[in-house]
Amino acid sequence: MNPDYKLYHPKWYRRRIPIFWWLQRLAYTKFIFRELTSLGVLYAAILILVQVWALSQGEAFYERWLAWLSWRPVLALHALVFLALIFHLVTWFSLAPKAMVVRLGSWRVPDRVLLLAHYLAWLGATALVFWGLKGR
Amino acid sequence: MSRRRCNEPFFWSLFSSGGMISALILPGLVFFLWIATPLGWWQSPSYADLVMLLENPLLRAGLFIVISLSAVHWGHRFRFTLYDGLQLSHLYGLIATVCYGGAALIVCIAAYVLWSFA
Repeated sequence: MNPDYKLYHPKWYRRRIPIFWWLQRLAYTKFIFRELTSLGVLYAAILILVQVWALSQGEAFYERWLAWLSWRPVLALHALVFLALIFHLVTWFSLAPKAMVVRLGSWRVPDRVLLLAHYLAWLGATALVFWGLKGR
Repeated sequence: MSRRRCNEPFFWSLFSSGGMISALILPGLVFFLWIATPLGWWQSPSYADLVMLLENPLLRAGLFIVISLSAVHWGHRFRFTLYDGLQLSHLYGLIATVCYGGAALIVCIAAYVLWSFA
């Protein structure tokens, strides 16, 4: 008889976790949505590349690209991507004071000040994007 | 303390730079280029305006940094989303390869597209 064979060999106890475990609590759902914002970041990065490529194909092609952009389903998708990016921004900034401790001499900069600094930096960056892109 | 060499801090620092730069730049870019422009909500840039902007190599280098770090941010974060969200820890190697490989591919395409813009 095979010596490795055991009729009642021990098995680990493993609790089965359902695939939608993160729907059981609001905090878990927020966590998963926060993690899924990375898909919005990826999409925006790829779309910048597509836009640059469309511009390199000449003006007629760029007009077709603009027509695609104003198609309603595409606009709806982009509104969703925008919301995901805003969620990314808010959750990212609120984590930042926990990840970094800033000291000026012996004074520890309070979390609220750090948070405010992040939002001000965001306003500045967005203003730069606005002025940089505005039509001449 | 374990002294095992680990590549986690390296990927984490890229992940966190990507998270910061994408939070600062991308919402505005998405809003102005792909929502406000098609809807005619502002004085949108013309074809010539955008081409003129992109002819500046510094701006293309900046875009390369934004795109690359955003891609790595996605790769690192989505990897753990798959592990935890979908309970796929047993596919460790495959998922890491797809996520970091995908990010590396985007970095290469970005380098090509932005370098060859003329």
